[in-house]
Amino acid sequence: MAAKLTFGRAALYLLLALCALYYLMPLYVMLVTSFKSLDEIRAGNLLGLPAAPSAAAWAKAWAGACTGAQCDGLAPYFWNSVKMAIPAVLISTAIGSINGYVLAHWRFRGSEIVFTALMVGCFIPFQVVILPMARLLGMAEMANTTAGLAFVHIVYGLAFTTMFFRNYYVTVPEELIKAARIDGAGFFLIYRKIIFPLSLPIFMVCFIWQFTQIWNDFLFGVVFGGSDAQPVTVALNNLVNTSTGVKEYNVDMAAAIIAALPTLVLYLVAGKYFVRGLTAGAVKG
Amino acid sequence: MASLSIRKVRKVYPNGAEVLKGIDLEIADGEFLILVGGSGCGKSTLLNMIAGLEPVTDGEVLIGGKVVNHVPPKSRDIAMVFQSYALYPTMTVRENISFGLGIRKVPKGEQKAIVERVAETLQMTHLLDRKPAMLSGGQRQRVAMGRAIARDPALFLFDEPLSNLDAKLRVEMRAEIKLLHQRLGSTIVYVTHDQIEAMTLGDKIAVMKDGVVQQFGSPQDIYDNPANLFVAGFIGSPSMNFLRGRLTADGFALEHGGRTAMLPLPPALAPLAAAGRDVILGIRPEHITDADSARAGASSASYHPTELECTIEMTEPTGPDTLVFALFNGVRATCRTHPRSAALPGRPMTLAFDLSKAVLFDPVTEQRISQDH
Repeated sequence: MAAKLTFGRAALYLLLALCALYYLMPLYVMLVTSFKSLDEIRAGNLLGLPAAPSAAAWAKAWAGACTGAQCDGLAPYFWNSVKMAIPAVLISTAIGSINGYVLAHWRFRGSEIVFTALMVGCFIPFQVVILPMARLLGMAEMANTTAGLAFVHIVYGLAFTTMFFRNYYVTVPEELIKAARIDGAGFFLIYRKIIFPLSLPIFMVCFIWQFTQIWNDFLFGVVFGGSDAQPVTVALNNLVNTSTGVKEYNVDMAAAIIAALPTLVLYLVAGKYFVRGLTAGAVKG
Repeated sequence: MASLSIRKVRKVYPNGAEVLKGIDLEIADGEFLILVGGSGCGKSTLLNMIAGLEPVTDGEVLIGGKVVNHVPPKSRDIAMVFQSYALYPTMTVRENISFGLGIRKVPKGEQKAIVERVAETLQMTHLLDRKPAMLSGGQRQRVAMGRAIARDPALFLFDEPLSNLDAKLRVEMRAEIKLLHQRLGSTIVYVTHDQIEAMTLGDKIAVMKDGVVQQFGSPQDIYDNPANLFVAGFIGSPSMNFLRGRLTADGFALEHGGRTAMLPLPPALAPLAAAGRDVILGIRPEHITDADSARAGASSASYHPTELECTIEMTEPTGPDTLVFALFNGVRATCRTHPRSAALPGRPMTLAFDLSKAVLFDPVTEQRISQDH
């Protein structure tokens, strides 16, 4: 029995290791390639460590590579993405939290319909809304601006953030709200003093979810970003597709990692909250 | 301190369900009102409406003589203790108690004094800096009560506050609530499904079923003079026995052991004996007892308990008394006997029926048959 168990364990670990390897291999290849020289890459040893590691490709990807006509690297677009993503994440999460609080604890006539409508919003393909949104942004004179792009992400993030918060807040006992109302607290005071302090795990979930969605978005970025507000994902695409004779794989790899780095860091920092928040159950009083 | 009046109060939900069908209740300042009934009888809904947490569809709720139908909960001068205690999980006990005081702009120094005083009253000074998650069920209960007392409200509302406690603690806390009421003299509305809590705590009990108050009165009055079959069966433990039989000129005729046994009615019930009427006789377990106890406790010279021979089905010793169970006309009756006199299961035993406190019910309407009818 014990031997069998050990064999099962071993098989399990082997399988897990293979899966991990499968997922990590591309990252490894990207990483080593980004530190190699072009000559070494052409030699064809994909998996080998760089013979003379050099950060030149990284420097070029950040500040010198050509993305279409300009050759300023990814840096300006990276900052575009930061300026778009941070306000969009914060605002969509904050509004989602209030929405969820209302839908869970201040039910009104038709609140279930509103919630269902928001749920449907989670499943609308973004291609459908491009034309009307472009028209709206044009009328609001926000077309091709970072603010406009952030606005689009806030609007389409609300469905998800509201759902996350609402489903978390329904596990907060209704009696807590009743007790606070009798104690004399109003809508916002109850939120601030009772609901908000309980919300850390679900805020983390929303931050990670929204940041990943918004940072990685390409469609909205390419449609609504124009040339001035282009996010890093669009710039990465342009960088890779801009050909100046030689294909600089090391620069492409460095650029791709730069573009992916913020979401990676966020997962490493707050990932445990993500898992915990998604599975968070009732709040023990 | 305040009186409470509930006048023709109805509650209809948007889906058309009528959960309260015209409630009329009235208690004076300082009285302890119990709302008791099974689940779904509307007792908690009524409490929430008194608190202002649910709108009143129809009728009026008055606290201290003022109609409060449209007054928000915070302005009703009430405090409420919940079944789940509803302590704010991220606050310490001290913060939980002073939360409502802070909102009401009580000065900091005064808040501190109130918290200390309440904690002392409830013997929980050592718990003040703990979070609710670090407290036992009984301690949380105490904190919830402390939070209510600190506010010094005109009206206390309790929503099944003892239901989540174990049996022993429940009895202790029950006594504490009663002592607290005696000391503070406050007006209390207390919802429970437990008829023992209702009997032991209440000055007035409203027994509810299906959104209607079945009976409203003092515990003893409800125990002695239940208005209908539901109230009679609900209040009292073990439950009242309901024997089916006929009223004749000679008394209550009970089919028993293949023949008709005649139980003569006491003077109080005798005028009701219109011959040939089917009735249900309601008789409490303590009024069917062994012959010795019956003789020792005979209540009047003019009426003697009737003795009947029967076979004991089962016994339940409780200590001071032994409950014996026997079948009468197909109904298992509970009888409270002296432990020494109780027969063993399967053995014959003489049981004495004392009908002086018995009540009669109409088998169709299930209402009490009294002299007014």
